[in-house]
Amino acid sequence: MAAETGDQTVDERESEFGQISRTKDVAFRWLTLAAALVGILSLAILLAYVTVDAVGWLDWQFLTSAPHPNPFEAGIFPALIGSIALMLLIALVTFPLGVGAAIYLEEYASDGPLTTFIQINIANLAGVPSVVYGLLGLGLFVSLIGFGFGTLLVAAFTVALLILPIVIISAQEAIRAVPDSQRQASYGMGATKWQTIRNVVLPRAMPGILTGTILALGRAIGETAPLIMIGAPTTVFGVPNSLLSKVSAMPMQIYTWARYPETEFQYGVVAAGVVTLLVVLLSINSVAILIRNHYQHDQ
Amino acid sequence: MSAIDLSSDGSRTARGIAFRYLFTLCALLSILTTVAIVLTLLLDAVDFFAAVSPIEFLFGTRWSPTNDPVAFGVLPLISGTLTITVGAAAIALPIGLLTAIYLSEYASSRRRAYLKPALEVLAGVPTVVYGYFALVYVTPALDAIPFVELSTFNALSASIMVGIMIIPMVSSISEDAMSAVPDSLRQASYGLGATKFTVSTSVVVPAALSGIFSSFILALSRAIGETMIVAIAAGQTPKLIDLTDPAGLFLESVQTMTAAMVQIGTNDVVGQSIAYKSLFAVGLTLFVITFAMNLVSEYVASRYREVYQ
Repeated sequence: MAAETGDQTVDERESEFGQISRTKDVAFRWLTLAAALVGILSLAILLAYVTVDAVGWLDWQFLTSAPHPNPFEAGIFPALIGSIALMLLIALVTFPLGVGAAIYLEEYASDGPLTTFIQINIANLAGVPSVVYGLLGLGLFVSLIGFGFGTLLVAAFTVALLILPIVIISAQEAIRAVPDSQRQASYGMGATKWQTIRNVVLPRAMPGILTGTILALGRAIGETAPLIMIGAPTTVFGVPNSLLSKVSAMPMQIYTWARYPETEFQYGVVAAGVVTLLVVLLSINSVAILIRNHYQHDQ
Repeated sequence: MSAIDLSSDGSRTARGIAFRYLFTLCALLSILTTVAIVLTLLLDAVDFFAAVSPIEFLFGTRWSPTNDPVAFGVLPLISGTLTITVGAAAIALPIGLLTAIYLSEYASSRRRAYLKPALEVLAGVPTVVYGYFALVYVTPALDAIPFVELSTFNALSASIMVGIMIIPMVSSISEDAMSAVPDSLRQASYGLGATKFTVSTSVVVPAALSGIFSSFILALSRAIGETMIVAIAAGQTPKLIDLTDPAGLFLESVQTMTAAMVQIGTNDVVGQSIAYKSLFAVGLTLFVITFAMNLVSEYVASRYREVYQ
């Protein structure tokens, strides 16, 4: 707002300052706006293309059939169910662990070197390439523990470790946003630390925690590289029926199809798969936004 | 924590103690994860380096893990990774920085409220989708430009897509840094009769420089580690930079470190073979590079935080 006032002052005095170029100022404003729109517009154009290509391919048959070498009979059903099963398992693992770690860091940990070390470590884990997490899953869960190549359990654990730092960081922000006065009031009434966390802090922070977790799950559903590394099969024809059955996921299926040379696959089946994945992703993110808006209006 | 701490230390109930330890364990799990990553990478990489000398790995100019004669020189992969990273940087750094300037200095709060989440969408699109876009839409579009001879798989469209993907990393962290620049600096500058252009480029950007650098490093680190876009669109041809024509690499198929890992991962190589072990050596190299960059970014950003708090 202060900047707006500055702008007017500049306008009024423009005639007095010969070296000030109004054209340059306006041109720069447009340049920055154009830059801000470049990414969004290119994505919008690509999305328009893929949606047009998906027309005629994305139908009930596609959603309910298994993969098939004939593009007209190919479907995404096992991968769709696999993705949903994966997501539920990942949520089961990351939610308690992520919230627990966030509670420790925000409520219990004192400001010391250990806390700083854990914080830096979490920030760094968030930046480790996903393909490296895939190697972790391969080395730890497949080779060392022996859960088997490409099983639901291994895939879920691997991707859970991958998104855990994001869940912790967003849960920390939500917990930090709870006013300290509310904690003090609770303590003043004689509540213990745990009672305060359970009855005051967590209920207040829960919308933020849920929003962050759901957005992280949205990221999990798009992960492909870790699944490739842990040996998830390129094509699965059935839905997973146990924790140790082989699982495919939508991005994995899209990756496989994208490498088929036939035009029907390149511009039809893959486009339908991409749109399905994006629709699921969009629905997940809308749930997160709905939760956030709902609680924002309440408070 | 500045208020008087009235909390009892949880020792009142056994339950309080139990939960305290449980939460501590959750936090320590993050350190365990890092240890596990380093150990799993090291264990198999050590096996690999017993068979292939580190010198041969680091300075060898040919990468061919499965085809005879096998060779494990990582330089062609680093060359491919560098190509993609430079291309992505050429897109994402200027666009991200200008976007941050717009959001922080020019945009009304209402427009910012729409633009920021819209930009975040760029980072949220699954990378396999970007890879598909690059292969099926961007490459044919670029190929249609006269005098441009593109391979089906090429570094150019892959790096453009990686660049678009990392724009929000640059813009949101840089914008945070710019918003943290005290308004008094802007006012002083306006008081001297400066235009908004001058204030943005000569006052705000220099004042936020460490935050901007930190965002650049983080974005480059993300570009180096990006896997699916390059695995799908850049191809699988390990190639060393031709010093007489460094730009020529963009028109051809290259292979990055991550794409090489995906290739070995999908090729069902035998569990104990050298090719399988090379996966971990490349992974270790990638991990060391990106981890170092993330640490540097963290360090640069923390220096800037001290200045204005």
